[in-house]
Amino acid sequence: MKLHRLVSATPVLATCALLVGLFAFGAISYPNFASAAVVRNLLVDNAFLVVAAVGMTFVIISGGIDLSVGAAMAFSATLAAALIEAGGVHPLAAAAVVLAAGLAFGLVQGVLIAVLDVPPFMVTLAGMFLARGAAFAVHPQSRGITHPFVATTLNETLAMHLPLGARGVTIPPTVVVMLLVLIGAWVLLRHARFGRAVYAVGDDACAARLMGLAVRRVKVGVYTLCGLTSAVAGLLFALYQQSGDPASCKGMELDVIAAVIIGGTLLRGGAGSVIGTFAGVMILGLIQTIISFQGDLSSWWTRIVAGGLVLVFLLLHQGIGVVARRVGRTADRQG
Amino acid sequence: MNQSGLPWRRGMRSLVWPVAALALLLAFNAATMPGFFAIEARDGRVYGVLVDILNHGSRTALVALGMTLVIATGGVDLSVGAVAAMAGAVTATLLVQAQVPWPVAIAGAVALGMCCGVWNGVCVSVFRLQPIVATLVLMVAGRGVAQLITGGSIITFESGPIAAIGNGSFLGLPVPVTMMVVAAVALQVLVRRTALGLCVQCVGDNATAARLAGVPDRAVMLFVYGVCGVLAATAGIIECSYIKAADANNAGSLLELDAILAVVIGGTSLTGGRFSFAGTIIGAMLMQTMTKTLYMHDVSAEIAPAPKALVVILVCLLHAPRVREWVSGLWRPRGGSA
Amino acid sequence: MTREGGLLLEAEGLAVRFGSVRALDGVSLTVRAGEVQALLGENGAGKSTLIKCLSGVVRPTGGRMVLCGRRIEPRSPHEAERIGIATVFQEVGLIPRLSVAENICLGREPGRRWLRGLVDWRAVRSRARAAMDRLGLGGLDVDRELGTCSVAVQQMVAIARALDVRARVLILDEPTSSLDRDECARLLGVIGHLRAQEMGIVFISHFLDQVEAIADRVTVLRDGKLVGSFEAAGLTRAKLVSLMVGREFEMPTGKRETTGERGAGSLLSLRAFGRSGMIEGVDADVGAGEVVGLAGLLGSGRSETARLVFGAETATRGTMTFGGEASRFTTPRQAIARGIGMLPENRKEQGIFPSLSVVENLVVSLRAKDGAFSRLAFGSQVALAEEFVRQLGIKTADVHAKISELSGGNQQKVLLARWFAMRPVLLILDEPTRGIDVAAKADVLRAVDRLRGEGTAVLFISSELEEVTRVCGRVVVLRDRRSVAHLEGSDITEASVLAAVARTA
Repeated sequence: MKLHRLVSATPVLATCALLVGLFAFGAISYPNFASAAVVRNLLVDNAFLVVAAVGMTFVIISGGIDLSVGAAMAFSATLAAALIEAGGVHPLAAAAVVLAAGLAFGLVQGVLIAVLDVPPFMVTLAGMFLARGAAFAVHPQSRGITHPFVATTLNETLAMHLPLGARGVTIPPTVVVMLLVLIGAWVLLRHARFGRAVYAVGDDACAARLMGLAVRRVKVGVYTLCGLTSAVAGLLFALYQQSGDPASCKGMELDVIAAVIIGGTLLRGGAGSVIGTFAGVMILGLIQTIISFQGDLSSWWTRIVAGGLVLVFLLLHQGIGVVARRVGRTADRQG
Repeated sequence: MNQSGLPWRRGMRSLVWPVAALALLLAFNAATMPGFFAIEARDGRVYGVLVDILNHGSRTALVALGMTLVIATGGVDLSVGAVAAMAGAVTATLLVQAQVPWPVAIAGAVALGMCCGVWNGVCVSVFRLQPIVATLVLMVAGRGVAQLITGGSIITFESGPIAAIGNGSFLGLPVPVTMMVVAAVALQVLVRRTALGLCVQCVGDNATAARLAGVPDRAVMLFVYGVCGVLAATAGIIECSYIKAADANNAGSLLELDAILAVVIGGTSLTGGRFSFAGTIIGAMLMQTMTKTLYMHDVSAEIAPAPKALVVILVCLLHAPRVREWVSGLWRPRGGSA
Repeated sequence: MTREGGLLLEAEGLAVRFGSVRALDGVSLTVRAGEVQALLGENGAGKSTLIKCLSGVVRPTGGRMVLCGRRIEPRSPHEAERIGIATVFQEVGLIPRLSVAENICLGREPGRRWLRGLVDWRAVRSRARAAMDRLGLGGLDVDRELGTCSVAVQQMVAIARALDVRARVLILDEPTSSLDRDECARLLGVIGHLRAQEMGIVFISHFLDQVEAIADRVTVLRDGKLVGSFEAAGLTRAKLVSLMVGREFEMPTGKRETTGERGAGSLLSLRAFGRSGMIEGVDADVGAGEVVGLAGLLGSGRSETARLVFGAETATRGTMTFGGEASRFTTPRQAIARGIGMLPENRKEQGIFPSLSVVENLVVSLRAKDGAFSRLAFGSQVALAEEFVRQLGIKTADVHAKISELSGGNQQKVLLARWFAMRPVLLILDEPTRGIDVAAKADVLRAVDRLRGEGTAVLFISSELEEVTRVCGRVVVLRDRRSVAHLEGSDITEASVLAAVARTA
């Protein structure tokens, strides 16, 4: 009997159960819900959110927070659009520039937080202002992307057609990128030294330092990674919208943080998984889908339900912490 | 030399930097912009750029006053923007749809603000959630609730008294300025004349020690978050009276950020402990002056946050212990034992 | 038993200052291969600071360290580990949410051959199993989450981690304080085994019988200074205790015979009082005008008992009668309302408000007791503070100075004054003299004695037996989280308390 393992896995199990339950509820309540098209749309509509949430998962596991994600995404999308359309840069080169910018942005935030000991939420709050302002400085309005490489090569030629359902399902490259990021992040977090150090730092930074981990370097790495994923998410968003809008993604950091918490990541740090985060984003997406299927519910219910779910999961964590300690104490003495 | 002194004198010392920054900014404006300090009185009311700054800065300052108390306990309230939106929505809905007299509408909005604040306080003190997260819940859900109240549309109203809050004047000054002054004086008296201020500082400085010293930590938490909620609701009412409408989607957006920044610039540490209402008000005015300055130099409203962010980072760096050590090391190369 | 191994580690004249406090003052230490060196001293003697120097947590302000003939200056535990000094700290420095295997290998996980950044889990597990095998814990599931293991197992894992690097010097800071007897014996066995492998071991413990059982050499520290280094063979327990406690300073004493009534009209009485998982059961009585000591080793449940009485934690078993009424406090506020005060064990973390002034630190409980909306004129607060500054001889520039600018002893006096200002019926003092200089100790004890003379009941906790025997009219001895002996009047001698504390029945 591995009771202690079950207890510590409860948040992720609860998240998965909720995901399955929601889908089942939708499938029973509405005709056409349980279809390949719904699943496809769920993935396509949320691909950029998943990528952003993956970066946030790292940050939160390390015990920090990043509020600049939404603004960084808007900046990345705007920069990409401006480079491609106004600057005449090839989309791939533009993407490289955007990724480098995101990396540098995250790196600076990480240095301010880890090396100069400024509180993370303050730094990333300022980062949010800065990125948003910079986005408007790059281009003041929404700018459509009509470059043939983006419009045809990326969105049509590289899209995958799967023979599912009556008319088949088309998977755009954004979903593929999302899956690649997910797998990469999972490997990095589960099986790389860096990932294990992230858990250690988030659980007990003091002990981690005593154990000889380079705590500051790990923290800088985490925020740099989050800057990078924000840039990737911004590119995916630009691809999804076929435009770059400096006013977009307002409040996106909240959705992302909510998804990470619903995904079973502990806000105190030290526990969590990208799989849970993926499920968390999908739960938010499913709620939106169900609300649109229902028809007579307004879109703001999404936020209310999301807020409620965040609260439930926070309290669940709190309760589990208490239970786990009890189970640990009593289930010992076995050797 | 030891660093002690009477409390008020030490308080003055911590105000030096924000005041100096504000003075510098004002001087810069005076030099580059003729008529910046011009104030004219018309119809028993003063007009001018400075009055404008005071008027719009006081809305942020009101929220920042409550935020000061919350931050002094070592917490933070991210939900003030959402609470302001809800308060505006409740005011407008009560006026337009329920046809209640205006005092009832205001009372309803303030009561809602208080409930939200107390709820945050319960999450923090009873459920022991981290303040950032506990208030995040209301931040996410609150705007949805605001939209639920207004039904997703912008509700306009025609109520003289409520419109007068944002557009009228009291003793020649805009009403929001008067409200800010009244709130600041009332809080200052309440907090400094009773043991409340000490309790707030103790909880923020060392929560464990506060509990062991018999400080009523839960009551203190409920109080500060409650006050913060009430002030956020007041700011929401002011905002909807400026435009005589409730816009659930945009009301109070970024209010939490401005308020937190005002508090931090005003010298209250984000880690809790000592706080200063005067510093917070100066911080709020500094932010507003900066915004105004940028606007007057043709920086668009969207880009304006970026330079503000740089200032904030600078202030945070000056507060950071590591940087302070480094700076003081520069000044005292031989390192005496003070 | 003495062994003449090669010289491994040599520290000479190490000095550390924290502000105005000399935590370590010219201490030397030598560790030989194949030798177990016990480091003894009361709380605040500088043991922890010394090992922090050796392990690179604290950089000494003076002196030098030489490892195997090479001068070393470790700047972090990591660096110390790399050059061969592994340390297991008292507060187990591990990551509770990672597995046992990961905790053993964290930071130096074997990587995969084709990509060093990826962890080779099979190698991690086998290394962890090998390390645990050396401790005779081969049966433990190394995939288990560490936080779900008992503290004893966590301690073993910490040692296994230290063994995993090929350390030449192993420092163990009170490794046995939370282990039961079997586990202790196993650990001592492991230490003996490591000694046979020519390792140099520095072993800190409060348990004298363990020191006798395992140590080849004993080094004693007191008040940050080296008392001496002795061959364990010729050392009696009584000699050890006298070396640790020291005699050259005469403490002022309260009269041992209590003036207040006792027994019948006791103010506080505990019967089988405790909390599951924390305190098994304590019986004790404290009368008005009486100082009752709680003696016992670290981890015996002294502080925990105090916290239960004060309501910092809620008791779940037994009864507590206070002032004739059955009471069970769930918050300190309730206890304070009934006239109980507690000076907590850890001044910095549980006592002071570092960024507030002396006067604010002093009046906080008095003002909080009357409620958050109570009023007290600023002038009378200052007058009150100044009165206590004079009475207790608190050295501060003025009462508006930040408390963190005061020395430890003066901070402690401010905290005492916080409770004196309340005129408590019962005052609990948990290690009131820890980490403060000798003169301040005397001041504190004198103040306590005055308070007792005014009719306050005092529950006194101290690791310094000498203090306990001098100050207390009655002593309750705790062992293994329960009360095991009650001593009274002239029965209270260092020897008798020590006998009750150290008895391994």
